[in-house]
Amino acid sequence: MNFEFRAIYWREMVKFFRFKSVLFTSLVQPIMWLAFFGLAMSDSFDQLTSLIPNVSGVPVVNYFSYMGAGIIAMDVLFSSLFGGTTLMFDKKFSLLRETLASPVPRFHIILGIGLSAVTKAFIQTFIIIGFGKLLGMDFFNGYTLTQTLFSIVGIMLLVATFTLGFLFLSGSIAITIENPEGMQSILTLLSMPIFFISSALYPINSFPSILRFLSMFNPLTLLANGIRYFALGTDFSVMGIHYIYTTADIGFCFLGLTIFALAMLSTALWRFNKVDI
Amino acid sequence: MTGNVIEVNNLEHSYGSIKAVDNISFTVKQGEIFSFLGPNGAGKSTVINILTTLKKIQRGEARVNGYDVAKESDSVRRSIGIVFQMLCIDHEMTVSENLEYHGKIYSMSKKERKERINELLKLTDLESKRDTLVKNLSGGMKRRLELARGLMTKPAVLFLDEPTVGFDIQTRMRMWEYLREIKREGTTIFLTTHYMEEADQLSDRISIIDHGKIIVTGNSDELKNKLGKDLIYLETSDNKLAAEVLKSLSSVKSITEDTKSLRVMINEDVTHVLPQIMEIIRREGIEIIIVNIKKPSMDDVFVHYTGHGLREGDEIEKEKEVELEVVSK
Repeated sequence: MNFEFRAIYWREMVKFFRFKSVLFTSLVQPIMWLAFFGLAMSDSFDQLTSLIPNVSGVPVVNYFSYMGAGIIAMDVLFSSLFGGTTLMFDKKFSLLRETLASPVPRFHIILGIGLSAVTKAFIQTFIIIGFGKLLGMDFFNGYTLTQTLFSIVGIMLLVATFTLGFLFLSGSIAITIENPEGMQSILTLLSMPIFFISSALYPINSFPSILRFLSMFNPLTLLANGIRYFALGTDFSVMGIHYIYTTADIGFCFLGLTIFALAMLSTALWRFNKVDI
Repeated sequence: MTGNVIEVNNLEHSYGSIKAVDNISFTVKQGEIFSFLGPNGAGKSTVINILTTLKKIQRGEARVNGYDVAKESDSVRRSIGIVFQMLCIDHEMTVSENLEYHGKIYSMSKKERKERINELLKLTDLESKRDTLVKNLSGGMKRRLELARGLMTKPAVLFLDEPTVGFDIQTRMRMWEYLREIKREGTTIFLTTHYMEEADQLSDRISIIDHGKIIVTGNSDELKNKLGKDLIYLETSDNKLAAEVLKSLSSVKSITEDTKSLRVMINEDVTHVLPQIMEIIRREGIEIIIVNIKKPSMDDVFVHYTGHGLREGDEIEKEKEVELEVVSK
């Protein structure tokens, strides 16, 4: 009786695989990030930081691998942040009417769309990891098979929680805002600070203290750090900076992302219950 | 249940200070086609939205399929099918996918969905379009698909809000055929329309609704007979005098007079009365320019009860909209 969200999920996935252009771009986008931005940035970073002595006694990780985690986080951020747009169009073209007039609880509608976004995020994550390994990313180096699987599950959990949070956020905006232009500009504005005040692309150690403080609570930082914990290990150095991740750190990542997702879920439910036909 | 699929008592609904629905009561019987006939903005859609639980009920009471609209909205929703006024069907999915989705959100089992989709595609003659994307269908086909979707869950009552608005007459008549077929299969149908002919051709009973009030309810013949058996349309050189003279005749039920013409409602067989009437008018020295006999139409019924034609109603509606805009500013 209570599995109606599967219907919503099914519809989203049918359409995801139907629109070849959307499918193609969402698969190619992560590859482009890695191939162009990733390689270009990491080469110049590695050159700039080549004179910095490495921390002795700990495994050294190249900047490309460090940034790989950030690219996963960023790619997932953008696709989930814009993922709610579908709701705005459904509302605009009155497609939402059918579902809103049915006995399906509104929670199921958001959940169904959320889970479809999680599926898409998983696909992108795997593409980045797979393609990244080809280009020489140090993910899961020296791991046993069990450790690798465990790490992948950990990354998937983080990605799922993060995606749900941002999809609920974007869904709330989509259902409130009437016009696509407004939606676009809000999302762009929103993505700027999330993107730059985070550890996705560069270490936050040298940030001004206020930005550093803010970045600690940024979901994107939490996700990027979490992925690094699982993919690069608990003790490594990058560009002469020594990283040690403790269990408390990864716990903080999960906790922060869960709180974020729950807060966004309640926002989405609040906005959704206000939708009138 | 008492054989009434819909029972509405003293329903009222306001938007701000404007009363869209004003103390309406009516019942719809099991298995009939019941129409709300009225101009745009008469309150028809508001009533449908309340009965389908899309709008919260403000005052009064309504039961659909025995369930209270206010308290048992989930049960109401499971008892009904809806065809909305605006086309709202996913253009990027195929015909069968749209039906499949509908079955899924109503928790139908896979087997049930498959059977029902086959039945409905046959009923609506869309079998050959099963795997066609909706965006490649004609307007009439899209509407039929929506009809099929509304019937997917075998609802006790199907609501249709202006089902043929904007269609040409052939498409409209085909749609009526489908609706009659659906009725034959035992589904109760509640529809709103501002097409006289649609209400007339299709309905077992009609409520004429204007300014949020039900003005009269009955079947098409009853409504017309109330006006008189036949109608004589006259244009004369002196309409005023002609009306004056005819008024005294016992066979004349009523006379509506406007600047150009006279509409004389007759109680008796018009073939006998007409020669008599023409004789009387001529005797007064009035010249008869045009004579026409017809059965009263739904238009005449509408004009008689509301005091204006539908076109006029539209203009009144526009004024209302202007008012609304002013209020909202």
